[in-house]
Amino acid sequence: MNLLQDLTFSSFMWFLSGAVVLLAVVLGFVTYAIYFERKVIGWIQLRKGPNRVGPLGLFQTVADVLKLLLKEDTIPRNADRFLFILAPVIAFVPAFVVLATIPYTSLLQFADLNVGLLYYFALSSISTIGILLGGWASNNKYSLLGGMRSAAQMISYEVPLVMSVVGVVLLSGSLSLNTIVEGQAGGFWQWNILPQFVGFIIFIIAAVSELNRTPFDLPEAESELVAGYHVEYSGFRFAFFMLAEYVYVYAIAALTTVLFLGGWHSPLPFLDFIPAIVWFILKFLSIVFFLFWIRATLPRIRVDHLMSLGWKVLLPLALVNIFVTTIVIELIKYFK
Amino acid sequence: MIRTEELLLNVGPQHPSTHGVFRIIVKLDGEVITEATPVIGYLHRGTEKLAENLTYTQVIPYTDRMDYVSAMTNNYVLCHAVETLMDLEIPERAEFLRLIVMELQRIASHLVWWGTYLLDIGAMSPFLYAFREREMIVNMFNELCGARLTYFYMRVGGVKWDAPEGWIDKVRDFIPYMREKLDEYEQLVSGNEIFLARVKGVGTYDAQSAIDFGLSGANLRSTGVKFDLRKDQPYSIYDRFDFDVPVQTAGDCYARYLVRFEEIKQSLRILEQAVEQFPEDGQIMAKVPRVIRPPEGEVYTRIESPRGEIGCHIVSKKKPQPYRLKFRRPSFVNLQILPKLLVGETMTNLVTILGGIDIVLGEVDG
Amino acid sequence: MSDQKQVTEMDPKESKKNIENIEEEVTEEPSPNQDRLDRIVELIKTNIAEDAIEVAFINELDRDLPCIVIRSPYWVKTAMLLKESELLKLNYLRNVSGIDFETHFEVVYYLLSMSTGNQLDVCIKVKADRENPSIPSITSVWNTANWNEREIYDLLGVQFPGHPNLKRIMMPDDWEGHPLRKDYEPIDPEV
Repeated sequence: MNLLQDLTFSSFMWFLSGAVVLLAVVLGFVTYAIYFERKVIGWIQLRKGPNRVGPLGLFQTVADVLKLLLKEDTIPRNADRFLFILAPVIAFVPAFVVLATIPYTSLLQFADLNVGLLYYFALSSISTIGILLGGWASNNKYSLLGGMRSAAQMISYEVPLVMSVVGVVLLSGSLSLNTIVEGQAGGFWQWNILPQFVGFIIFIIAAVSELNRTPFDLPEAESELVAGYHVEYSGFRFAFFMLAEYVYVYAIAALTTVLFLGGWHSPLPFLDFIPAIVWFILKFLSIVFFLFWIRATLPRIRVDHLMSLGWKVLLPLALVNIFVTTIVIELIKYFK
Repeated sequence: MIRTEELLLNVGPQHPSTHGVFRIIVKLDGEVITEATPVIGYLHRGTEKLAENLTYTQVIPYTDRMDYVSAMTNNYVLCHAVETLMDLEIPERAEFLRLIVMELQRIASHLVWWGTYLLDIGAMSPFLYAFREREMIVNMFNELCGARLTYFYMRVGGVKWDAPEGWIDKVRDFIPYMREKLDEYEQLVSGNEIFLARVKGVGTYDAQSAIDFGLSGANLRSTGVKFDLRKDQPYSIYDRFDFDVPVQTAGDCYARYLVRFEEIKQSLRILEQAVEQFPEDGQIMAKVPRVIRPPEGEVYTRIESPRGEIGCHIVSKKKPQPYRLKFRRPSFVNLQILPKLLVGETMTNLVTILGGIDIVLGEVDG
Repeated sequence: MSDQKQVTEMDPKESKKNIENIEEEVTEEPSPNQDRLDRIVELIKTNIAEDAIEVAFINELDRDLPCIVIRSPYWVKTAMLLKESELLKLNYLRNVSGIDFETHFEVVYYLLSMSTGNQLDVCIKVKADRENPSIPSITSVWNTANWNEREIYDLLGVQFPGHPNLKRIMMPDDWEGHPLRKDYEPIDPEV
């Protein structure tokens, strides 16, 4: 399937059904990611986690979502009604749309854009607008502070995030995610994580910050701002914000796998008999686990430290990384 | 034309980090606090007024509800005041039991503080770890007096219940266990970069202002003033035990953290000695008249609660009820310095500083 | 159950005996803190005024605590002196209580020195009349007094002229009456 082919009715139906399937997969992922997160954190914190609804508590999230959907939909009287309703949509849609470019295997991909990486970053930053709008439209001081923090944080961390992957782009010579993965074939020593280790670290830190997850969960900092930007949201609008957050977990974990962990390639050549999608899922899940793990371990960083970390540490490091990568690539070319 | 306005933000009385129903109105310039006005009294139950119509024994349960995180020390301060007034001699075994429960209570209280403080800072797991150990202490108290939070364990002249068989051994076993866990917590939290960045140099005050604001407990000792009532104006049988008073000089939230953490260790040291010297048998109640009528007069006793100096001022008119009963509540006094500390800090530090002072609202509001 | 009995049943004989014992002891022993009290009294008399002190005594029941009753016009000056004087350096105000004695109000200050190292307490009392109770505020001397004075104002209705922000602290701002007064009538008798 190629986005650039002529749009006919049959190809449109193909895309539509593909999108519906992907949506189902993503919703399934989110449902069980939340379950998994609660179980993992429960395990770290010596608790049992959800274990009542369904066998092993497997339907807990389903029940939670049902509860959210059945809840009264409240809109504060002094809120900006239109923006208040619009904000969760703006936050969620980009989160879902960016998934289009993620290659799961060499065949399973919705759109192999030649600017796939650029597309991802361009769209994902739109979500910030949704959060900022939500914070502002609620007409609540806490949510306003949360929204402002969120805007500041996401803009600050967008820069090192993009910079950190430039090294990867230089190595593979393409912005297409498919080509980037192809360049990492042949065993784990080919993966970008090795030559681009600094880039990987910066990417992970900036990505966690983009996700608004601990230790960078300042926009919703429950102990200070109560719940930050979504303090006034309830019911399914709140569910949309949560959904957006977890879809980004999905997207970032998938992107990390693609950029640095060799995508669907097996770590050792003789393991090639295992299907490519299994490798992808394994790597993807370990990243997801890592995100949950640090949530249970680290305290929240302070807002001014966050800014100075972003601008004074991550950005210069990312620039140095690009510089060094370029020089090394040129030197290798020269000596060949 | 850009117009900037100060933001008036009402924090509390329902807010996750105000540790109860504390309310503070802050004026924000961006995220920087320019003015802070605390509002208290949401949990005021008029304990002192109620006490005027109750006998001394009946007042004891009310003290449980003042500083509900550390009810044992509250029990003690009232009993101690009445005993001082009546000049009662407390049996050895009762003194030991009181001391052991008070030190266990100190550990439990500091654990609650430790857990909730880290929760304020955004770390979730330590809270549950701390409650695991607190649970063990609470279970021990439960075996001793049948309650888990509001114990009503002490009476004028002694304690209500003797230790059940094997109880002292449980305390003995708890000490090495707790030490091991403390080491673990030190590794987990005390060296965490993010944690250090958030507490070091935050909410700093010097010894001069600490004394001027009448701060006590870890809030005072974090500024280098070595003042612990257990050592400096000993009560009960603290003079028989060997322990140190932890002191830090920085006066910031981190210093307070270190002082409290070290206090847990020192309490374990006291417990270790107390368990060894625990008398085999003996009375747990002194000979006290059935109706307690302390002689006419006035007394002010003070002891070292986990939060600082808790005092009890009794004016007696030789009646079974106190004529006037006033508690010096350490959280109430310690909280006064808060507005001064907050000016110029960010919203994030509000939570850090408030948590660092360690207040219990039941005690602030009395 | 047994506690309830303690409340209702009386054994006057025993309690009386106990009290008599204490009183005997009190009269026999000379106080070890008498010196100290005399020195403070001397200091106040020479530096403030002869009649600044109403009475000075030792409270034997409270571990021989030196107590001084100061006349309220001299209180702020005396407070400054107690805090600043090289001899005493009573820089730590540990407790402030207000008491309604029905004939008059009394505010009791417990002071302690953190710098001299002897760490002995001194108790200062200031009286106010029942009709229009007023005692000068010492918040400017010890910051601790700030909220304590507000609390006493709130619950007992004693005015503290010179206080920076004398508002109710425990009760709502529109509360009527001062609950800790002995003649306080609750607005709602059922509560």
